[in-house]
Amino acid sequence: MYKGPSGMWSWLLHRVSGLGLLLFLFIHVVDISLLSFGPNVYNEGIELFDNIIVRFLSLALIVAVFYHSFNGIRIVLVDFWRRGVKLQQPMFIAALVLTIIAFIPFAYFVLRPALPFLAQGAYWFVDVNAIMSTH
Amino acid sequence: MLSRLYGGPRPAGGGFETFSWYYFRISGILLVFLVIGHITLTHVTTDVACTTYSFVAARYANPFWRLYDWLLLTLGLTHGVNGLRVVIDDYVRHPQARLALQGLAAVLLLVFFMLGTITLITFSPVNAAQWGPACVGGH
Repeated sequence: MYKGPSGMWSWLLHRVSGLGLLLFLFIHVVDISLLSFGPNVYNEGIELFDNIIVRFLSLALIVAVFYHSFNGIRIVLVDFWRRGVKLQQPMFIAALVLTIIAFIPFAYFVLRPALPFLAQGAYWFVDVNAIMSTH
Repeated sequence: MLSRLYGGPRPAGGGFETFSWYYFRISGILLVFLVIGHITLTHVTTDVACTTYSFVAARYANPFWRLYDWLLLTLGLTHGVNGLRVVIDDYVRHPQARLALQGLAAVLLLVFFMLGTITLITFSPVNAAQWGPACVGGH
């Protein structure tokens, strides 16, 4: 049913992203459990997620979420949709394209607080705040 | 071995593997919506630096969000650890090592399910004056 290179790559990416998501879920259950130790301890844990390196790791997590979601839908369509088997390869391409399309706005929102130039949109090359404050 | 999970024919016989095959697909479809909703809430509509104690305390005043997060926990852990079980089956040939690792996977499922469930049920916010800042890191 899954012949050729796209079947192999979709399978490998599904497995790797799934294991990564499970690893993060274990970490996430632990960091949420810090709630039981009160506001100071919990907020210290949240400060870690604000770190720029951890924000980039969050982007990897978000890519994994979208790929695993869209390819998972593809698997269900292959199994239950009459034309699914025939269209499995185009649906793999579609899963990759949708992952990229969904990822871009998320990447913008995740990085904007850490990279102020993103908030200036098309005018990233000038310091808008400095110009505004002089007028 | 691989094909029974990924794209191959549905396992016949009505045993655990048949259940597992359906469970991956049903829990997976639910998780698509729950997880994308969750990361939108914690990374887009609220920046992650503002998902502080006060954010959680306000949200968990409504039992709906505790149920939402408990569904994420339960479906995510069972879907994920069932996936880990298949991966162990694929790569670990030695019967005793396989049994030991599958036992470890079962223990991980139980421990993290209990830790998460206890956290969700027992969370009872301190006095609102002591919730701390809305956002950390100067945001």
